[in-house]
Formats: sequence, C-alpha cells, structure tokens
Amino acid sequence: MSSFWSAWIIVLTLPVLIGCAILLTWNLKNYVGVPEDETTGHEVDGIEEINNPLPRWWTYMFILTLVWSVFYLAAYPGLGNWKGFLNWTSSNQGIKSLEQSQLAVVKAVEEGRNVEFDREMVRADEVYGPVFQQFAKRDVLDLAYDDEAIKIGQRLFLQNCALCHGSNARGQHGFPNLTDSDWLYGGTPDKIKETLLHGRKAVMPGWFDALGEQGIKEMTAYVLSLSGRSVNERDAEAGKAKFGMCAACHGADGKGSLAHNLPFGAPNLTDNIWLYGGSARAVEETLTKGRNGVMPAFKQTLGEDKVHILTAYVYRLANPEKPADQQ
Amino acid sequence: MSNKNHHDKIERSVGLLAILTIVAISFGTLVLITPLFFLDETTQPVDGMTPYTALQLEGRDIYIREGCVGCHSQMIRPFRAEVERYGHYSVAGESVWDHPFLWGSKRTGPDLARVGERYSDDWHHAHLMDPRSVVPQSNMPAFPWLETNVLDGKYTAKKMQVLRSFGLPYSDEDIDGAAAAVQGKTEMQALIAYLQSLGTHLK
Repeated sequence: MSSFWSAWIIVLTLPVLIGCAILLTWNLKNYVGVPEDETTGHEVDGIEEINNPLPRWWTYMFILTLVWSVFYLAAYPGLGNWKGFLNWTSSNQGIKSLEQSQLAVVKAVEEGRNVEFDREMVRADEVYGPVFQQFAKRDVLDLAYDDEAIKIGQRLFLQNCALCHGSNARGQHGFPNLTDSDWLYGGTPDKIKETLLHGRKAVMPGWFDALGEQGIKEMTAYVLSLSGRSVNERDAEAGKAKFGMCAACHGADGKGSLAHNLPFGAPNLTDNIWLYGGSARAVEETLTKGRNGVMPAFKQTLGEDKVHILTAYVYRLANPEKPADQQ
Repeated sequence: MSNKNHHDKIERSVGLLAILTIVAISFGTLVLITPLFFLDETTQPVDGMTPYTALQLEGRDIYIREGCVGCHSQMIRPFRAEVERYGHYSVAGESVWDHPFLWGSKRTGPDLARVGERYSDDWHHAHLMDPRSVVPQSNMPAFPWLETNVLDGKYTAKKMQVLRSFGLPYSDEDIDGAAAAVQGKTEMQALIAYLQSLGTHLK
C-alpha cells in the first residue's frame, strides 16, 4: 500500500475513534435543563417524555468497544501499513502467481510473520507429511496390497476420480472402466502415474467429410466385425478397404495404439469393450463426429505423494489379486 | 428548555439529520472501500491474465442468467480444508476484470473458482444435461435447454466494448471478431468454455 493510502486510512480512522468518544461524553451530560428521570413536560395522548439518561450498561459497552478498537488496531493489521504488534495476517495478499505465493510463504517465515493459513498448512504437514512420505518411498506394487495405503487411496479416489469413473470405478459413457484389464495408455504403475500426474487428451477426429454417409455405414460394419459381431458383409468389406485411414492410430489389425506401443490412446477395436457404446448407432456417431476424451492432470491438485498412493489404488482396481510370487 | 440542546435541532430538521447521517456512514466507505480502487493489489491482474474470449464472455452471462451464483461461490478462502479440495486460495488479482464479480456467498454446490480444467468438456456436457448421470447424489437442476439455444452474437461486441471502457485490454480485432466467434455456438458450448477458464490464470 502506498504511504498516501496508508496515511489516508490512519487519518480517517483515528479521528473517528476520538469523535465517537467525544460524542459519548457529550451525550452523557444533561443539556435538557430537566433533572434526570423527571418529565420534560412533553405529553402526547397521556404518554410523557421522561428525561432518561443513557443506560449504564450500554454506556459501559460503548466504552469497552472503544478500548477494544484501540487494542485491535494496535495488535492486528488495520491501520494502513501498520502490521500490528502480533505480526498476524490471515494469508499472503497481493499474490500474482503461484511462484510468488511460494516465495511469500518463505519470506513470511524469514520475517517472522504469523500467516495463519501458512501455519495451518505447516501444522497439517507435520501430522500428515510423514505418512505420505513413508508411502512415497515404497513401490507402487507393494502399496497396492497394503491395507492402509488402499484405504487412503480409496478416499482420494472418491473425492477426485469418482465423479467421472464412478464410485465403483467401473466408468460410464465416455469415461473408462478402471476395473478391467483394458487400458488405453497402459496399466503399468508407471503409465498409470503418468496419466494421473499429467492427464491425457485423446483425439478421435470426425470422418464424415472424408467418408460420407455410406462410408460411415460401411466403416461401422467393419469396425463391429473386428470384435466378431455379425454385420452386413458387403459393407464390412467396403469398410475394410478404407481402414488404412484408421490404421495410423488403431493399427492395421485394429488392436489399438497400446498393442503397438504408441501413445495415442486409440482403443483396441477387437475386444468388444466400448468407451462410447458398442451399438451400431454409437459407433456411427463416433465415426461421424469424432470424440475428445480428456483425463485432467492432477499434479497441481494432489501433488506427487498423493498421486503415488492413488496410483497404487488404481493399479489394485485392475489387479485385485496379489501376484503369486509376492505372497 | 436549554437552547444548548443541539440534539433537539437535529431531530427536528430532517435535512440536517440526513446530511449528518451521510457524513457519519461515509467514513466507513472512505476507509474500507475507496483505497481498493487505487491499490495494485486489487486493481492489477495476476501475471499472464487474459480477458475472457468472446465465447467465454457469453458463457459467463449464461452463468449469471441461470443463477449459478445462487448455489456456487467462486471464492476459495485461505483455509486448509478449502485449499485441499479446491486448490490455491483465491487472490484479488484474479477477479479484477470481473464486472460484476461472482464470488457468491452460498454453497449449495461446490465452489467453482478453480473448476477450470478440472473435468473434461464431455463431463461438463453430461453433467449439465443431467447432473445425476455423473453424480448420482447431486441435487443440481438439469439445464438441457443450453444444448438447443444457439447464440447469435448480437450483443457480444457491445459487451466487450463496455468492458474495455472498464479497463479490460480487448483489442479492436477481438471486438470486430466477437460476433463471428460465437455465432452458431450453443449456450452449452459457451458455458463450458467459461467454466473451463475459471481459476486457470493463477499459474
């Protein structure tokens, strides 16, 4: 705050306090010319106006608020740039970036200021920090079968992931089922962690302009035939001839990008597992309009330690049984 | 009666009473509100902030029209419980370009100050069409008409001009292209674009 505005606040605030005190003193004096508790002589409909003094209790309360305000303005940051003798603030103000926010935390500690929010975070970190650090040191495969880690992981999952993937993690239209063995970007602990930390953006383009209505119908037939569905074979043959345009992502065999170690997240089309529905109509819609699946990044929101535990939980969802060699 | 009784004078003159009342209450305004119009802290945006795009701006107006602010705040307070759930607490520099601000004061639903990029567009679409489809216990109303209402962009440029007069750095190209940028887009697309922008500027 510039010194002008600081002065502005101080110059306006202190006289108001003094003014309040003067106003109170003035009102405590009897100017009416009639002794207290006696009638002033005004009377309307038999109701007399008595010269009542200000109630004692009210007067004391008023004085108390004045005394309190002086203490409060001395102790806390209220008077312009005066920081208060308690050196207390609720949070770091005037931050313009996350980096500045982190620097402000360090600076407050160096200057010995009491930032309530920062202290709350430090106290919490003292309690919970060691728990997360202890888990962060351990391998995901190990944590996946640790009851306590899974309990924490489940809480994190319900708070952050269940909105899309469902509380039972079985997904829904457009959001993958996490309990099966079908993965778009990989089901190894490393890949799961990568997905959680950085998010994923899948792009299936719409092919209506390239294929036309008949072409979409034919391609739909061929795509459905890949997972052994009975389709119009002539359509499927015609679709197969054009499948080259799909092969770049889904592979020539339609087994998806993961089977070919490619990072596109293009689903396996041969396994009869459908992210956006497996009816002919749903597949036609996918081919016509395209799809844009987005997994948000959680690095910022949760931090690496929590994501580590969450990785173990998600891994466990798909691998409920501990491998025999680890038992 | 003593002629020293000034109270009597004030009580009998409505004009004088009004003037003195205004003087008395204006001290609070002068101290608590006036400096905020001039402090960097409350007038300078956070680093790298960009004003709402035409589509986001229309989405914001739909947010206001549908009364979202009645149930959703946009103000993360500096408490651990809130920061753990929503992200970094809100800072003044994030809402200097909001006219009016939509901090809200009621949380029937969650705070939305940092909902941007938290969910996918598809999720928002499903959720606005039928909140129960993605959150079974939700009591939020559905807004299916957003999907069928199409924007015509008639007032988009005008709105941006007004905001520019408030100090938002819209360029002439932004304003000239405003109508074209929103024409034909559904209200759903506009609202989702707005929601996805919330809280993403503090980096």
